[in-house]
Amino acid sequence: MMVGEETTRFVLQLPSDLRIIEAAVTYLVSRCRAFAFGGSRLNLNFRVGVTEALANAVLYGNQSDPGKTVRVEVALDPSRVVLRVVDQGEGFDPSSVPDPTLPDNLDRAGGRGLFLIRELMDEVEYNECGNAVRLVLLRDAPQRRQASVE
Amino acid sequence: MSFQTSKENGVVVVDVDGQLIVGNRQELKQKVLDELEGGERKFLIDFANTGYIDSSGLGVLVSLSKKIREQGGELRLANLNEDLRTLFELTKLDTLFNIADSRQEALASF
Repeated sequence: MMVGEETTRFVLQLPSDLRIIEAAVTYLVSRCRAFAFGGSRLNLNFRVGVTEALANAVLYGNQSDPGKTVRVEVALDPSRVVLRVVDQGEGFDPSSVPDPTLPDNLDRAGGRGLFLIRELMDEVEYNECGNAVRLVLLRDAPQRRQASVE
Repeated sequence: MSFQTSKENGVVVVDVDGQLIVGNRQELKQKVLDELEGGERKFLIDFANTGYIDSSGLGVLVSLSKKIREQGGELRLANLNEDLRTLFELTKLDTLFNIADSRQEALASF
């Protein structure tokens, strides 16, 4: 990513507690709003995508272990937001998660988090062992899925 | 965030205020299961005041749908805003649930 003068960088260090996620995402949303992110890109794509990534890091990465943290590295500029979510777990193979939209899987209660991250964020890239994910959302890219026109 | 339960025309209506997410999905599940165990068979979940749903929230709706069906009951969803509809369409859950545009339409469909 090109780093311009207007790029803001910061880091959140979160406990492995699901209850903190809402506040963390609300804070991140407010930071994005300052760069004129808005509409469904922010309220659906970003909010849900990041919530899912944090929940996965807490629940599956860190196994909700209070001794572990989730690190969120953020780079924000007027054109995009880039987040790197890092947990302290062993990692996993993202390609091993079944497609929840297949007819045989629709009735399953779980398995939609990773799918939603991929559908809602513009770029999703896991590191080799699967305990860190880089997410990119462009502020103004044409939406693959647009809930409302701004 | 809260879940208000009421009864209209023999249907248990649950209004979801705020969000349906990993932190509160168990509460919704328990409320509906309690009603199911009490003999209720018609359920409507109204999302008119719901901001967003995460994958755990979707999961609990799938789980409830299955349990209600197994007991010979019916579940309807109503008042999904455009963003929520997008989530259901993305995950193809719009093919699994009976989704109405309004509470009245949902109640009339039972």
